[in-house]
Amino acid sequence: MSLLEIREVSRAFGGVVAVDRVSLAVEPGAFLGLIGPNGAGKTTLLRLTCGLERPDGGSIRFDGRDVTRLPPHRRAQRGLVLTHQVVRPFRDLTLTDNVLLGAAREFGRDPLRALATFAYRDRRAEAEALLARVGIADFAGRTAAEVPLGILKRMQIARALATGPRLLLLDEPLAGLNQTEARAIGDLLTRLHDEGLTLVLIEHNLAEVLRIARRLAVLDRGRLLAEGEPEAVMRDPAVRRAYLGEAA
Amino acid sequence: MDAYLTSLLTFVAINVTLALGLNLITGFCGQVSLGHAAFFGAGAYAAALVTTAGHPFALGLLAAMATAGVLGLVVGLASLRVREDFLAITTMGAGFLFLGFVRKQEWLGGEFGIPGIRPPFGPEGMAILAVASALLVWAAGIAVRRSWMGRIFLAIARDEEAASSLGIDTARFKLAAFLLGTVSAGLAGAVYAHVVQLIVPDAFGFIQSITILAMVVVGGIGSNLGAVAGAVLLTLLPEMFRFVDTYKLLVYGGLLILVMHLSPDGLVGIARRLLGAVRR
Repeated sequence: MSLLEIREVSRAFGGVVAVDRVSLAVEPGAFLGLIGPNGAGKTTLLRLTCGLERPDGGSIRFDGRDVTRLPPHRRAQRGLVLTHQVVRPFRDLTLTDNVLLGAAREFGRDPLRALATFAYRDRRAEAEALLARVGIADFAGRTAAEVPLGILKRMQIARALATGPRLLLLDEPLAGLNQTEARAIGDLLTRLHDEGLTLVLIEHNLAEVLRIARRLAVLDRGRLLAEGEPEAVMRDPAVRRAYLGEAA
Repeated sequence: MDAYLTSLLTFVAINVTLALGLNLITGFCGQVSLGHAAFFGAGAYAAALVTTAGHPFALGLLAAMATAGVLGLVVGLASLRVREDFLAITTMGAGFLFLGFVRKQEWLGGEFGIPGIRPPFGPEGMAILAVASALLVWAAGIAVRRSWMGRIFLAIARDEEAASSLGIDTARFKLAAFLLGTVSAGLAGAVYAHVVQLIVPDAFGFIQSITILAMVVVGGIGSNLGAVAGAVLLTLLPEMFRFVDTYKLLVYGGLLILVMHLSPDGLVGIARRLLGAVRR
């Protein structure tokens, strides 16, 4: 059974169809790269998947259950977690505190239990371990406002890991980074995948996607153009025509 | 104790209770409310109705907190789909609705309000009750701050969408903030009604809402100590300088602008920076 099953999902904004009857399945343990030119509908598809947008039609199943109508926090509770393209740190908090908030998921639906539980300081070690896991243990005590983008991008991944995700949706985690930083985060994602995490990645850095993703899906003008092994997809004439603008 | 000082202490404590309650909603959870006086009024009216009907004060106190809390949940529910400016306008509208409603109700005394509310204790007793209420809400504020609830409020205040992406049911926590804050206002209202012994709708209008917000902002939004400091300062200021009372809105408005420009984290922020400078 697929972990994520997107069926015939559509979403229009005004007269513009951003996502047009897209169907896509993600198997447990997959590492899917979602590519396509600007305006292809990639981010919308990700926002539909995690519940920040509601589809006009179609259905989304996660782990065998229909989540189409569930709000984002309910999907995150089930392990379907998004990291945003523009990093959204809690700027005045330290990186440890930022990551710690990922563990709030446990109390996320129960204000009474949240009020009755004081011991968030005990979870500090967990948060610090996650910062170490993404390679930024040295920055644990710095506030999010003080550290560069590359560190924030890793912090965001650590914060998402703190929620205990089963499927991590990453919206352009390499955007704005130089080649070295991008490659380092690419390696980090590969490592997380090797450790068993299922990943879906939107990325414009094609070289990096081709290096790390195990499968590719190509969107163009809201439609799914091709899906499969990266090399086969990149050889597909339709993909070359649409995505790379080559005459096939 | 001197009768004037006793009365001053009582009003300081009532305002501290109000400011701490609003700080839970606006300071911790980031939900701007321009209608806090309505919940204060709801509590005052509920308690006055209960005790003037001959029921014990304790029942009035409970009725005040329950009425304000239920009203808080209703306004909270109505506010769930709006944010920032729109939330401010919605809560302001709720305040006006409350006032408009109360003014037209025969059974609430209309424009003339409810007279003859008999206090359960003498002035000193009422002062102790007011201080105890303030301490209770202060303790609640500290408990919220130190618990996961405080952390989650902070996340919602900073970035609601990011918070919900982390699995936080933001609606539920915003309602919890509204409930806690408005129950506190109801408590303050019950004490207030039995201190002044005559309540009129105008005491719970927009100016009162802005005054409470000014206390929170001037003291240092999002800090319990700040709410306390702001409430103490803005209650004493008109007492010390009569002109402040005459030009209350002008002075509070000016203070709000000044604080926002010079020290957005209020008096607490200034104190913190001074302490930091001294330590260095």
